[in-house]
Amino acid sequence: MSSAAETIAADFDAIDEPLETQMTLSMGPQHPSTHGVLRLDLRLDGELVVKAIPDIGYLHTGMEKLFEYKKYQQGIVITDRMDYLNPLGNNLAYVMAAEKLLQLEIPERAQVVRVLMCELQRIASHMVWLGTHCLDIGAMSVFFYCFRQREKILNLIEAASGGRMTPSYFRIGGLMMDLPAGFDRRVRQFMDDFPEAMDTFNTLVTGNRIWQSRTKDIGYISKEDAISWGLTGPCLRASGVDLDLRRDNPYTGYETYDFDIPVETGGDVWARFMVRMRELEESYKIVRQALERLKPGPIKADAPKVVLPDRDDMRKHMDSLIHHFLIVAEGFNVPPGEVYHAIEASKGELGVYMKSNGGPKPERVHFRGPSFVNLAALPVMSEGEMVADVVAIIGSLDIVLGEIDR
Amino acid sequence: MTEKLHEFVETLKSANPEWVGDVKDALGEVTVTVPREHIFAACEFLRDSLGFDMLADLCGGDRGPEEDPRFEVNYHLFSTTHHKRLRLKVLLSEDDPKVESVTSLWKTADWHERETYDLVGVVFENHPDLRRILLPSDFDGHALRKDYPLRGYEPYSMN
Repeated sequence: MSSAAETIAADFDAIDEPLETQMTLSMGPQHPSTHGVLRLDLRLDGELVVKAIPDIGYLHTGMEKLFEYKKYQQGIVITDRMDYLNPLGNNLAYVMAAEKLLQLEIPERAQVVRVLMCELQRIASHMVWLGTHCLDIGAMSVFFYCFRQREKILNLIEAASGGRMTPSYFRIGGLMMDLPAGFDRRVRQFMDDFPEAMDTFNTLVTGNRIWQSRTKDIGYISKEDAISWGLTGPCLRASGVDLDLRRDNPYTGYETYDFDIPVETGGDVWARFMVRMRELEESYKIVRQALERLKPGPIKADAPKVVLPDRDDMRKHMDSLIHHFLIVAEGFNVPPGEVYHAIEASKGELGVYMKSNGGPKPERVHFRGPSFVNLAALPVMSEGEMVADVVAIIGSLDIVLGEIDR
Repeated sequence: MTEKLHEFVETLKSANPEWVGDVKDALGEVTVTVPREHIFAACEFLRDSLGFDMLADLCGGDRGPEEDPRFEVNYHLFSTTHHKRLRLKVLLSEDDPKVESVTSLWKTADWHERETYDLVGVVFENHPDLRRILLPSDFDGHALRKDYPLRGYEPYSMN
């Protein structure tokens, strides 16, 4: 971990100014505003940041190695723990990559439920972003209002899957199980209360002059730089690039939903803030439409060798019992091939590269996490800004270290 | 679905036939194997002339110690204008796992190449700052290689 520090020490010889005018500040890995275990090596001239070097890897758990030793269906639970604020998005990217290799057809109801749950998860993820972003800059009370809303969504996810933070709800070929009775009523209840919460946030934060002066013209990144650094999601759209994979590379039927893509041209912290705030309203619209489309129907693909049979079937049919035994004990073979499947997660493009060699375990699984790529652009945004603004910039990137380090 | 991508591959081929090796079209994705020495030029052409302005992902892989060539590097190109994806693949032998860095074309390649170097052990030439990124700087070996045991050789200590 000392490598970044060594580099800085070596760089000091090359600086023209006398050594006394600059200092190196190691921010993190235990700093509360680094959202986990991120360390920044900041070289400061007074309060100005001359150079910023992110140092990551403190949370590395070798997940990509672990995938190679687990069967396809066992890998789903690993993905929950990557971006732990958006586990359903991770599940979706992973299972869709495997489904692409297996060429499975997913029934209509499962698709609608996937959209419904992913958009609820996006709202929950943005709630954590808004709460912690405000907390970092000093507006403490917003955090509590945000987490109240997030808690309601986590309760919904728990009702559907049994897990709050680690749902593993999407399975290869469909869903773990159908939604519980009365689920749509509970979602509607949440949706009816949510606009009022949005009003609260807008009153507390958006119209707040202190908030505006802390975020406007801070952490600027140009359109060209944003593309070159590979930024995706709200960070890219805040720099004026109109790109959303839900519309441009649609999956799970997103092309049939009616929603707008918020785009800002400012490229600063304020623009990223505004994009996410407007995105919350778009997710709200999508959840409403998905609720309307929720019709009874099968939730699993018709592929008995891949999808676990229903309990009831196993009691009545010998072949269902055999399939269940084989899937659990030996897994299922996936035809050889390689795919790259990308979805629009709450933080940007979440891509999964999956390579199969024909066996029940993948040969290689690689996750292209949006946080990993967005964090790499932090030096461009923060150099020339004040130390206190670095905190605001990290908050506006909305990073999750679990996904960066994997 | 992939006609447009095949057009791009044809344009790439007409620009320089040496750039394009094996072309594979499977599961709605097109993979072009590019000889190692031409990857930078091919990427530059795709970026400047065919609109692939974003490098969505770059990842390495180990095909197993018994395979030759053993390593591969996948470049997932994406365009923010026509929204198509193209995969370039470079195959590298075990005794010389070196390939030209594309950091000067896309800044995002910096961390992706460091990660690939860290976990797979592929060396990217002309990379501005090629050092480990996820694992500690004194870590021995490359964890994503197939012959590296899942639990490592011995318990790692941070001292």
